[in-house]
Amino acid sequence: MSTTPETRPTPAAGDQALSATPRPPRPSALSAALTFGWRGMLKVRHVPEQLVDVTITPVLFLLMFTYLFGGAVAGSTAVYLQFLVPGVLVMSVLFTTVYSGVALNTDMTKGVVDRFRSLPIWRPAPLVGALLGDSVRYLLAGAMIVVLGVVLGYRPGGGFVGVLAAMLLVVVFAFGLSWVFTTVGLLMRSPGAVMNGGFLAIFPLTFLSNVFVDPQTLPDWLRTFVNLNPVSHLVTAARGLMDGAATAGGIGLVLATAGVLTVVFAPLTIHLYRSRG
Amino acid sequence: MSSLAIEATGLCKAFGATRAVDGVDLAVPAGSVYGVLGPNGAGKTTTIRMLATLLRPDAGSARVLGHDIVADADAVRSVVSLTGQLASVDEDLTGRENLVLLARLLGLSRGGARARAGELLEAFDLADAAGRLVKNYSGGMRRRLDIAASIVVTPQLMFLDEPTTGLDPRSRNQVWDIIRALVTEGTTILLCTQYLHEADQLADGIAVIDRGTVIAEGSPAQLKASVGFGALHVRLLDPGQRGAAERLLMRRLGGVVHLEPDPAALSAACADADRAAAAVVELAQAGVEVAEFSLGRPSLDEVFLALTGRPAAEDATGEGAAA
Repeated sequence: MSTTPETRPTPAAGDQALSATPRPPRPSALSAALTFGWRGMLKVRHVPEQLVDVTITPVLFLLMFTYLFGGAVAGSTAVYLQFLVPGVLVMSVLFTTVYSGVALNTDMTKGVVDRFRSLPIWRPAPLVGALLGDSVRYLLAGAMIVVLGVVLGYRPGGGFVGVLAAMLLVVVFAFGLSWVFTTVGLLMRSPGAVMNGGFLAIFPLTFLSNVFVDPQTLPDWLRTFVNLNPVSHLVTAARGLMDGAATAGGIGLVLATAGVLTVVFAPLTIHLYRSRG
Repeated sequence: MSSLAIEATGLCKAFGATRAVDGVDLAVPAGSVYGVLGPNGAGKTTTIRMLATLLRPDAGSARVLGHDIVADADAVRSVVSLTGQLASVDEDLTGRENLVLLARLLGLSRGGARARAGELLEAFDLADAAGRLVKNYSGGMRRRLDIAASIVVTPQLMFLDEPTTGLDPRSRNQVWDIIRALVTEGTTILLCTQYLHEADQLADGIAVIDRGTVIAEGSPAQLKASVGFGALHVRLLDPGQRGAAERLLMRRLGGVVHLEPDPAALSAACADADRAAAAVVELAQAGVEVAEFSLGRPSLDEVFLALTGRPAAEDATGEGAAA
C-alpha cells in the first residue's frame, strides 16, 4: 500500500465519506439493466482477451475451410467464401453465447453478486443487463468475421443493409440462446465445466448444420437432423439476408425460436439466480 | 429511536444435513454496533445472509428496521447494505468504476454518481488508485473500497462480515475508524467477527454464536466478567509439573484451567492482577518452576472454553458451504 500515516482516511472528520444528500429513489428497471450492460462493456474493454478467445476459433475456421476445402467443396475458394461467411458469422456469435454462461458462473463465485442481490433493484436487472452487454460482444464477434470475409473477397449481394439485418437477426437469436447457457452457468459448479458443457453442445449444433456444406450432399438420416437443427434455420435466414434473398417465413421461424428460448429459459435463469444461497 | 433495528426469533437454516443456523434469536438496538462473535462455521455468515435477504430462512422470522425479511424483502434491501466476507467488489473494474456502478444502481444521476465516487475515493485514500483494476489492489485497499461501496448512500443498517480478517494492523485500524464514523452518523452495524478484541473495541453488545445457536449475550463488559476479565498464562520449565500446577491454579483462582497445546503451558481465567501474581508466587513456593507468565485478555478460545466447556470447534462445514 502506498498510503502514509498522514493521509490515512479520517471519515469521522471529513464529511466526504458519508453522503449528505438523502437516498434517491430507486432506478427504473431499464436504467438498472442498462447500468449492468455498461458493466459488461467495461469488461470487454478491460479484459479484451475474453473476446479474442472466443472469436479466434471461427476466424481460423473461416481461413482454413476457405483455403483448404473451398476448391474441393464448391469448385473454387471464391465461390465457397460466398457460401461460408454467413455460416461462420453465425458460428462465431453462437460460440460467444457460451461465454455468457461462463461469465455468470464466474460472477456467482465472487462476493460482488451478493452485493447486487442485496440492492433494491429490479431483480432480473443483473442478468438482462449482462446479456444486453453481451449482445454488443456478439455484434463485435460477428463484425470481425464479416470484415475478415470482405478482406478475403466476400461480396454480400444484400449489401450493407443486408449484412446489418443478418447481424441483428443473429444477435437476437443469440440473446435467446444465451439464456440457455446462463441457466447452465447457474447449474454447473465451475466456469470450466460450463465452458466444456457449453461447447459440447454448441459444437455438434454448429457442425451438423448447413454452416459448412449444403445438406443436399448428406446421407438421409443426417440431412433430417440438419434440416431440423435451429442453427440451420438461422444460417439459412442470415444467408438469405446477406445475399438479398431472405424469406419472411425463414426470419419469422428464427425469431420465434429465439422467443421460445427466452420464454422458457429466462424465467429459469432468474429463478436460479434468486434462489441461489 | 430507541427501538430495535434487528429482531430475530428462532432463525434456522440447514444445508443438506448441516444445520448451519439452528434457532438464532437476536435483538439489536438501533444506532449501536452489535457484534456477532464466533469461530469459523458457527453460522455467522449464514445468519447475516438471511438478514440481508440473500437466503430464505427454513424457520423462524426476523424484522430488519421493522420490515419482515421474507414478506418485505425489497423494503429491507432499500435500507441496508452488505459488506460480505469475500470483498463484494468487481475485480475486473477499476475502483472508480465500481463506485459509479453502485451509485447508478442506487439511483444517483450520471453526474451525481461520478461526483459521489470521487468524494469516496478521496475520503478512503484511494484517489491515486482510482483508475487501477481492483484485482491489482492490496487487501486493505480492497476492503476500503468495499466499505466505500457500502456507504455510497448512507444505509440505516450495515452488515459487516469479518471486515478485518486478513488485514494488517494499520489497515485494520483504518477500517475500525470508518466503522466508528458510521455509527456516529446513526447507522446501526451488525459486525461478524472471529476476534474478541475487535468486538471489544467496537461493539456495544455482543452475541456469542456457536454451532448455529447464540450461547451468550451481553455487553463486552458483561461477557468478560462472565469469562473472567483476563487470563493468566503460565509456561513451566518442566512439562511433568503441569498436573501439579493445574491443581494449584484451580484451587487458588477457581474456575476452569485450560491446558494449552504446548505441553508445558496452561492458562486460567483470572480477573485480578494481584491474585494472579499471588498464584504465581505460590507456584514457585510449591516447587513448580515457572519459565514465563503473563496476564492477558481472554482469547476467543478461552471465552469459548468458559462458555461451552470445550475449545472453539473449527468446523469446516457451515459457513464455507453456505457461500
